[in-house]
Amino acid sequence: MANTERPTHRRPIRWYILVFLAPATLIYTIFAIYPILESLRLSLFQANENGATFEGLANYARLIQEPYWAEQFWNAFKNNVLLFLMHMLIQNPIALALAALLSVPTLKGAAVYRTILFLPTLLSVVVVGFIWQLILSPLWGVTPAFMNFLGVGSFFKPWLGLESSALVTVTLISIWQYVGIPLMLFYAALLNVPEETIEAARIDGLNGWWIFWKVKLPLILPSLGLVGILTYIGNFTASFDLIYSIQGGLAGPDYSTDVMGTFLFRTFFGFQAQLGDVYMGATVASALFFIILIGVALYLFGVQRRLQRYES
Amino acid sequence: MLITQRLSSAGIHAVLIAYSLLALFPLALIVINSFKSKKAIFRDPTGLPLGDNFSSKGYDSVLNNSDFPLYFGNSLTVTCVSLVLILLLGAMAAHALSEYRFPGDSLIGLYLILGIMVPIRLGTVALLQLIVDLGLANTLTALILVYTAQGLPIAIFIFTEFLRSVSKEIKDSARIDGLSEYRIFFEVVIPLVRPVIATVAVFSMIPIWNDLWFPLILSPGEETRTVTLGVQQFIGQYTVNWGAVLAALSVAILPVLVMYIIFSKQLIRGITAGAVKG
Repeated sequence: MANTERPTHRRPIRWYILVFLAPATLIYTIFAIYPILESLRLSLFQANENGATFEGLANYARLIQEPYWAEQFWNAFKNNVLLFLMHMLIQNPIALALAALLSVPTLKGAAVYRTILFLPTLLSVVVVGFIWQLILSPLWGVTPAFMNFLGVGSFFKPWLGLESSALVTVTLISIWQYVGIPLMLFYAALLNVPEETIEAARIDGLNGWWIFWKVKLPLILPSLGLVGILTYIGNFTASFDLIYSIQGGLAGPDYSTDVMGTFLFRTFFGFQAQLGDVYMGATVASALFFIILIGVALYLFGVQRRLQRYES
Repeated sequence: MLITQRLSSAGIHAVLIAYSLLALFPLALIVINSFKSKKAIFRDPTGLPLGDNFSSKGYDSVLNNSDFPLYFGNSLTVTCVSLVLILLLGAMAAHALSEYRFPGDSLIGLYLILGIMVPIRLGTVALLQLIVDLGLANTLTALILVYTAQGLPIAIFIFTEFLRSVSKEIKDSARIDGLSEYRIFFEVVIPLVRPVIATVAVFSMIPIWNDLWFPLILSPGEETRTVTLGVQQFIGQYTVNWGAVLAALSVAILPVLVMYIIFSKQLIRGITAGAVKG
């Protein structure tokens, strides 16, 4: 469909193309791409008395082997993986269920529900974090009072403050906020299922429940893949905001909610007695870069391709 | 048959209403209590701010005895300027990519949307050094440049997809009329992309307004704090003053709420349209 009418002979340089492209390309290259590449480079150096020397992959070796670093790295990595799994197993099924209900063609008021369900997603994580911190606080007592009302008051605990429950609680807060994104993606995909396909299934005698499992779900598989990769990227980078605002930079209690983002922040800027380290900070960031790259590659080459085959 | 249909419809509404309450209740609780006296906040958390319960002390300390108006101005400046740059530069680049064939065009197109998958935060270490070297530490300019770079990939992606679906005829007839390529962009293409501008704007605006990471790292100074960072710091200092904390949270929610009520249709249409293509 490209410009078949364009002749192939040489023509003057079309400066306007440069004028249109250059500003975006420059800002993007200088403030997005260059810093990422430069961080990758810095991760290969270590500070010493005369500046910094090239050390190859030594920083990465320290990160995964030297007890001081390895303990924090693997703990943060493990928490990130748990966070990801919990989002996949709790958030995305809830989103799918709500989207399935919202897309029932005879449902009245779908637009109102849609607007309400997406609302928390728009708020600042800082605000959401504090709201839930206050609500779950034993000091204010809203949650214990509510649980007493339901007759389960004795089960109340300061969940955010307990090592055993802090990560799960933070995850549930994050799910409360972000369920709207997979919800909308599933909803859009469900709306897009052709009416004739559903009608044909109905004539074959399938009820709504089986139509969903046998007809609609296979058709919206591509959006499941998309939601999966978005959940993955979000978990490894955006989880910082929520944990930093609720649990602080130390990701307490006792690092039980530490994720790669908070670990990177502490490594780079230092915290309490520990001094900030630019090179180790770059190493943590670059490790994160490779973790995300692996996820994106798996998605693009594995999930995406299999889905395409499934579709055709 | 009709009865089971009615029953299942009632069931669906019950689930959706329950979840809507779960989504709204925490927000309502904060906003309601922000208008109450400290005593009432603790004695009667779910009561409405009426009579004795009512107090605007919290708002008073946030709006008059803190730097919130300043933070608000900062957030507004950063968000608006970044947004204009993202929309303008993004549309220009998307126009170039969708309209002209030139050597390396698809490669540049791919390069520019790489940032959708690779979060810009991963370059923070080097980015801070760059910002310091440029003398931009603790300035709003630093945030604007970084957010522009962060927002461009998705804007370029949406604009390009959209412009490719638009007929070329209108541009070609403008060309026959003798309009320069620049005038074609401003007089033909800009009006053409208007339907997706709102989508791109809301998509880009929300992460900028809500971001904590870059304000914390690039511009933590008192003078350049954004609302999100301001709330974070303010709450740390005033944990005893519950009225003020709740008021600060409400103040931070409000602008987003207003924007959402105005733009929710475009936003949701944008998400659903994008998902249909992807």
